[in-house]
Amino acid sequence: MEMSEAKLDGNAIAGLLREIFTMEMTTSETTCAGCGSVSVVGRVDVYLNAPGVVVRCPSCEQVLMRIVHGRGRYWLDLRGTRCLEFVAPD
Amino acid sequence: MGFISRGFRGKRRDNVSSSRVPPGQHVVTDFPVLAAGPTPRVSLDVWTFSVTGEIDEPKQWTWKEFRALPTETLTADIHCVTKWSKLDTSWTGVSVDTLLDGVESAADFATVFSDGGYTTNLPLDDLTGKKAWVVYEYDGQPLHPEHGGPVRLLVPHLYFWKSAKWVRGITLQNEEQPGFWESNGYHMRGDPWREQRYWGD
Ligand SMILES: [Zn+2]
Repeated sequence: MEMSEAKLDGNAIAGLLREIFTMEMTTSETTCAGCGSVSVVGRVDVYLNAPGVVVRCPSCEQVLMRIVHGRGRYWLDLRGTRCLEFVAPD
Repeated sequence: MGFISRGFRGKRRDNVSSSRVPPGQHVVTDFPVLAAGPTPRVSLDVWTFSVTGEIDEPKQWTWKEFRALPTETLTADIHCVTKWSKLDTSWTGVSVDTLLDGVESAADFATVFSDGGYTTNLPLDDLTGKKAWVVYEYDGQPLHPEHGGPVRLLVPHLYFWKSAKWVRGITLQNEEQPGFWESNGYHMRGDPWREQRYWGD
């Protein structure tokens, strides 16, 4: 289990985000609260080998989201996401 | 569908006494690498370790000064909240007692901070009294960057997320301020023997 590069992309959390937001989220767009760059969620940096999921801005590496799942709950920290834009369901 | 990696399935050592393995944990023989971000690389020429915050005279060591401090080698069992435990790990470093020697402070809490922006909070009582070290060697070798090198905190009696990798200093505080994981669902203290994993445990 020695991994030198643990970085994945947003597709690695497609299912997790669908579970939380009950819709497809990888095509949504997130604005980084740090550098202001806009990223498609499918292209963000994702780290899974941690106590929770850490999503980082592909431009500046700042944390966009922290997602913890335990005891039948989710905790979702979006301080690093200034705006999350996604298509409303029909 | 399992979306979040909840833990690593390593080899089990079934002959291990359960008195050494906290509830809900299993023993691994490898050393899983956990990462919440890219591995920071810092030149030892500019590296420092600081004690700041509620302290009359902040302290700071360069790498050379830090390595000149008295060291200890210890063997400890470590317990990750992702449910693996690793027994008899060997470390060398400087005890936090040594770093705080002579410090005048009324603080009861601390935030440990690292390169890459990671933080974790601890009551000062969990950092002092021969319970915590700032380590630079694992198993007789320089600590690999993946495992937190050049130095990481080691607080073996708490879940391993408290043992911050790439640690650069300690901020002493009068009030407890939740760190990177503690602010988003993880327990403020994280005692593995009481399974203090999440808020409300
Ligand atoms: Zn950014």
